[in-house]
Amino acid sequence: MGEEGGTVKEKKVVFVTVGTTCFDALVRAVDTPEVKKELFRKGYTNILIQIGRGSYIPTKSTVENGSAVLEYFTFSSSIADYLKEASLVISHAGSGSIFETLRLGKPLIVVVNEDLMDNHQSELAEELAERKHLFCARPQTLYQSIVDMDTGSLIAYQPGDAEPVAKHINRYLGFPDD
Amino acid sequence: MEKGSYCLSAMSASNLVLLFTIGVVTIVMIRIMYIVYRRSKPLNPKSPQPLSTLIVLGSGGHTAEMLNLLNVLQMERFKPRFYIAAATDNMSLQKARVYEDSLLDKAGVDAVGRAEFMQIYRSREVGQSYITSIGTTLIAIAHALWLMIKIRPKVILCNGPGTCVPLCVIAFFFKVLGIRWSSVFYVESIARVRKLSLSGLLLYKLHMVDQLFVQWPKLKEKYPRAHYVGCLM
Repeated sequence: MGEEGGTVKEKKVVFVTVGTTCFDALVRAVDTPEVKKELFRKGYTNILIQIGRGSYIPTKSTVENGSAVLEYFTFSSSIADYLKEASLVISHAGSGSIFETLRLGKPLIVVVNEDLMDNHQSELAEELAERKHLFCARPQTLYQSIVDMDTGSLIAYQPGDAEPVAKHINRYLGFPDD
Repeated sequence: MEKGSYCLSAMSASNLVLLFTIGVVTIVMIRIMYIVYRRSKPLNPKSPQPLSTLIVLGSGGHTAEMLNLLNVLQMERFKPRFYIAAATDNMSLQKARVYEDSLLDKAGVDAVGRAEFMQIYRSREVGQSYITSIGTTLIAIAHALWLMIKIRPKVILCNGPGTCVPLCVIAFFFKVLGIRWSSVFYVESIARVRKLSLSGLLLYKLHMVDQLFVQWPKLKEKYPRAHYVGCLM
């Protein structure tokens, strides 16, 4: 769609988020020429990174010259608006941003932070990747994941339901079902 | 002679102490066994009384999951509500406040009851080593005890953060001592797919929660006493 002939491209934003912690390895991985070029080649025009507490500052670029335009910020009280506007989300493996993204039906690449001591976070990302709700990567495999990515292969996530837990709790406490 | 009788009385005194200790230990053991046995049984049937509820919040995803659960629970049954979050976590209580405000707007304080918000010292920060965790855990327990004495909840809802372990342990001892009978519900975080979290595992192994819910089938296979309830998010 409008890839050739220098026509004005539709703005397609990749939103990258590290959550409230720091995850420099992810920001660094996104801020490489290969990744930026590959994203541009796939039709994404802008990259917006939420770098959190990270110390690595990506290089801002405002003109697109064969690679996507890159901007960043540190924190925002709510990332909901950024998620809504994004065409692709690259996120840390926190369950909050994973499910917020899935519920919006946005294609998602989850990048697992291997530096965390208790690395249970990969469990969720891997399970959801197995069920084809998202793509799971590591900082060093992000580029390859973007190259191999076929967003059409993803299956929409059906939001869960807290009703069964509530039923258990009510029954246990002796409250009537309704 | 005098020395001998002194010896004798000292001996019988120590015997008495020993007997007394054995007696107390036996009673406590029986009480603990009774509580663990009662765990699998529902509370008194048909209790229309509202129950004071302690809700333990954790950062990020934990709070979102808990609020999802609160959304489907009838709040007029669970009141008043006490929210506890780690002292280092400002976001969670903020989100709980927003939730409570929306409840008040919808139904009014008479129906849904009041809510209080409290902070607690954390036993372990993400990334903190297990060795230094011991000291911080002791401080967290003392603070938890103070809060629990103040609140004495009848229902405890928690879903994973380390802050809930001391609270659940104290709730268990309140039951043993007959201070307060509470029902403890633990919903393992959706992030746990193959293994329980350290908090979940501890409470499961120690039989300190009344019902433990898991969101993935693999966990149910591994921990048969858990209840599989599907994804909350």
